Amino acid sequence: MINQSLKQLSQMLASKEVSSVEMTQTFLDRIKQYNSDINAYITLDEDKSLAQAKAADGILAAGTATPLTGIPIAQKDIFCAKDWRTTCGSKMLETFIAPYDANVITQFNHAGAVNLGKTNMDEFAMGSSNETSYFGCVNNPWDLTRVPGGSSGGSAAAVAARLCAAATGTDTGGSIRQPASLCGFTGLKPTYGLVSRYGMIAFASSLDQAGPMAKSAEDCALMMNVMAGFDERDSTSLNHPKEDYTSKLNQPLTGLKVGLPKEYFAEGLDTDVAKVIDNAIAEYKKLGAEFVDISLPNAGLSIPVYYVLAPAEASTNLSRYDGVRYGHRAAEYDDLMDMYMKSRAEGFGDEVKRRILIGTYVLSAGYYDAYYLKAQKIRHLIADDFKAAYKKCDIIMGPTVPSTAFKTGEKTDDPVAMYLQDIYTIATNLAGLPGMSIPAGFSKSSDGKDLPVGLQIIGNYFDEARMLNVGHAYQQVTDWHTAMPEGFA
Amino acid sequence: MEWEVVIGLETHAQLKTKTKIFSGGSTAYGAEPNTQACEVSTALPGVLPVLNKEAVECAIKFGLAIGAELPKLSVFSRKNYFYPDLPKGYQISQFELPVVGKGEVTIQVPETKNQPAYEKVIGITRAHLEEDAGKSVHGAVEGMSGIDLNRAGTPLLEIVTEPDMRSAAEAVAYAKKLHELVQWIDICDGNMQEGSFRCDVNVSVRPKGTTELGTRREIKNLNSFKFMQQAIAYETQWQIETLEDGGTIEQATILFNPDTGETKAMRSKEGANDYRYFPDPDLLPLEVTEADKARVQADMPELPLAMKARFESEYALSAYDALAITSSRAVAGYFVDTINAGGDPKLAANWVMGGITAKLNTEDKSIADSPIDAATLAQLVKRISDGTISNNAGKQVFEAMWTGGLDVDAIIEEKGLKQVSDTSAIEALVNEVLAANQAMVEEYKAGKQKAFNALVGQTMKASKGKANPGQVNQVLKKKLDA
Repeated sequence: MINQSLKQLSQMLASKEVSSVEMTQTFLDRIKQYNSDINAYITLDEDKSLAQAKAADGILAAGTATPLTGIPIAQKDIFCAKDWRTTCGSKMLETFIAPYDANVITQFNHAGAVNLGKTNMDEFAMGSSNETSYFGCVNNPWDLTRVPGGSSGGSAAAVAARLCAAATGTDTGGSIRQPASLCGFTGLKPTYGLVSRYGMIAFASSLDQAGPMAKSAEDCALMMNVMAGFDERDSTSLNHPKEDYTSKLNQPLTGLKVGLPKEYFAEGLDTDVAKVIDNAIAEYKKLGAEFVDISLPNAGLSIPVYYVLAPAEASTNLSRYDGVRYGHRAAEYDDLMDMYMKSRAEGFGDEVKRRILIGTYVLSAGYYDAYYLKAQKIRHLIADDFKAAYKKCDIIMGPTVPSTAFKTGEKTDDPVAMYLQDIYTIATNLAGLPGMSIPAGFSKSSDGKDLPVGLQIIGNYFDEARMLNVGHAYQQVTDWHTAMPEGFA
Repeated sequence: MEWEVVIGLETHAQLKTKTKIFSGGSTAYGAEPNTQACEVSTALPGVLPVLNKEAVECAIKFGLAIGAELPKLSVFSRKNYFYPDLPKGYQISQFELPVVGKGEVTIQVPETKNQPAYEKVIGITRAHLEEDAGKSVHGAVEGMSGIDLNRAGTPLLEIVTEPDMRSAAEAVAYAKKLHELVQWIDICDGNMQEGSFRCDVNVSVRPKGTTELGTRREIKNLNSFKFMQQAIAYETQWQIETLEDGGTIEQATILFNPDTGETKAMRSKEGANDYRYFPDPDLLPLEVTEADKARVQADMPELPLAMKARFESEYALSAYDALAITSSRAVAGYFVDTINAGGDPKLAANWVMGGITAKLNTEDKSIADSPIDAATLAQLVKRISDGTISNNAGKQVFEAMWTGGLDVDAIIEEKGLKQVSDTSAIEALVNEVLAANQAMVEEYKAGKQKAFNALVGQTMKASKGKANPGQVNQVLKKKLDA
């Protein structure tokens, strides 16, 4: 059951081959068995999950089920879920029980899906290895000594180890796609504004976007059907007509024009990763796609621009964690200022503090123009690069990450090396474009482990259905997406 | 040296919307603490602001009312600072691009011993939308401070003037005018006690004749016109004395203490906060289209100055009366209702101002509390203009009406105030008076006009004040000149 697609699981439920309670229990049992190896979940609540499963069985029996009714989905712990502890990977929210549902959670509830648990993540989604989580690092199921990527590391490990049917993630600079690449599954970051941010704890508001993390493009399409949609509670939500993201899955790729940005194949790209990408390109050529060389001349500025804008927004988004109304408050303090300082010093980890400091600095009087305003201007140039590129091609492909999963602890003392993990993914967030990573093969590590490599597919605005089509076509002729890490059978 | 005071105002007008500026939370005043603190007001993790369109319409309405520029796009920014009653750690406000640009307000400064009344145009620099903070409550629990977030997120329009005012009287006249205007266009309830309309006053002084501005001090949160007058007077004097004593003024935020009548520095602005303003990424730029303006304009009541001009031309009211009648929308409405109920405009104006509002002022009531409604006042006015009673008798009727009797004719009847307009009765009275006052008749005939007035007086007296004075005049003249 655990390796079945969402469609197959849905059919099993519909045909009464298995009940949602049984299916949910199967995954909960697997979590009990394997979570200690990978630390994918922060919070589990069997009673709540099973109650939802039972309700789903009622809906299934009544014949009013939707494709995800009864399916156990892991939720990144960045989404507020009513009566669930919602920590965002931080000590600051260690005891915070959300009193309301994020829009994403509401959508899954309406679909009758089961909330299987809340997954581990980098603290406030700041990180690319899940090592900044207050609740401990997550181990990559393909090699437990390596990171799963981040910030959606818990969801990533849960999907890879089949500890859920599918999961949600959020992606501010690559937090869905980079872990999808490192853990070998399919992850989609939609067009900015397609999925409501309401109830999704903010890191960098103008970049944050929620999306599906699942075994295949087809699964992601079914998840998108639930997650995407206009929400008046999010002013940046786009009033885009509802789409069926499965509708284009089986279109032929003949004549598809794929752009290969030369900047994504330049120095810094691991040669083994490059080989995997080349093989994927060859496969696509067989499917009828045509390839053209393109250039994204300002893409190289993505990381510096991102590390001005994202911390700027984060530094004020995180001001609400002051110990006054909820969240961590220092046990002892002398006065108000002391309470603020101690509560925040104790409640936030190093990476969060680093970004608050950077953000506060770049917004300060005298520095604002040189950093924040300049970064905004370059952000527009980066978006313009893509606009120009899409005159030459329908879709863009390249590696998701320059290399495969690295060892836990390897980059923790070198934040800039860590930030380079997102060198190919950040530009799409800055432009607001949708990006996806699909498993495209493996690369052998020096210690002989097979480590997944992801192919990135970047679409034009609202082109998710076509991207999923491109991913699905590949997954019809390859089986990388069905590979499972050893030890989780 | 002669000094000149330079004053500018920043006014926070709380907008009369049902819900908060960025959420569906209620804005009703006076609820139990935190019962109106919704998830957005408490800044729970993950919540997002959604702009209240009603608040935007209020801002547009204000902009149109002061003839201001209304830029096509304005931007909401975050003003970052930590304070317990500021739940997000930032206030959503507008910084570089406000919703309302430059406009102006014409004020009337009342006469004083040394100066006649005059008008002056005060420049409005800008007006912008922002959210209010909550309140810190001290002392409710021993040794603790409480936070009440009911008010957090209440919409405010901050209206900023140019430094155009040159006296406390001008500042108060402006504040009163603005206070009336925001109520007139129905965007603010104007309740100063509840903090719906609060003013910060920037005061500086400079040697008269110079153009450079002196260093200003900002008097915060004045919530009565009287205090404003006192605070500016005290502050101006303090600054002049400080400078004349060789001191310097340092920029500061100050508070006025109504008990002592003094101003006192609250915090020095030297280590001024860096608010790290930047555009709020949770909100799109606010677009105000021509259609938006047209829609709000269609809903706009006739503004005071236009109404004043119309009253002057349509009803032949004096400029003074027209201004007084249009000093508030409620008074103007009462006046119009009185006319619509058949009252003669000129007389109605006299009775609304001299009767109703004078009486209300002494009793410190608003026109909504008037025991005499417009239709009833119109009855009284009609009885005066149709000659049933004299204007003087009208005053007695008015007093009776004020204390409860609302049937004008019944009061006239009861008090026997009906004017005698019957020509034969008046002729009989005149004949009696002429017969009894031959000496006066002679004086009149000798050319003394005063004697005529005396004869009128005698006749009125003989009628116990009930004779129609106009008729008495006519009859006397006819008989004497015959």
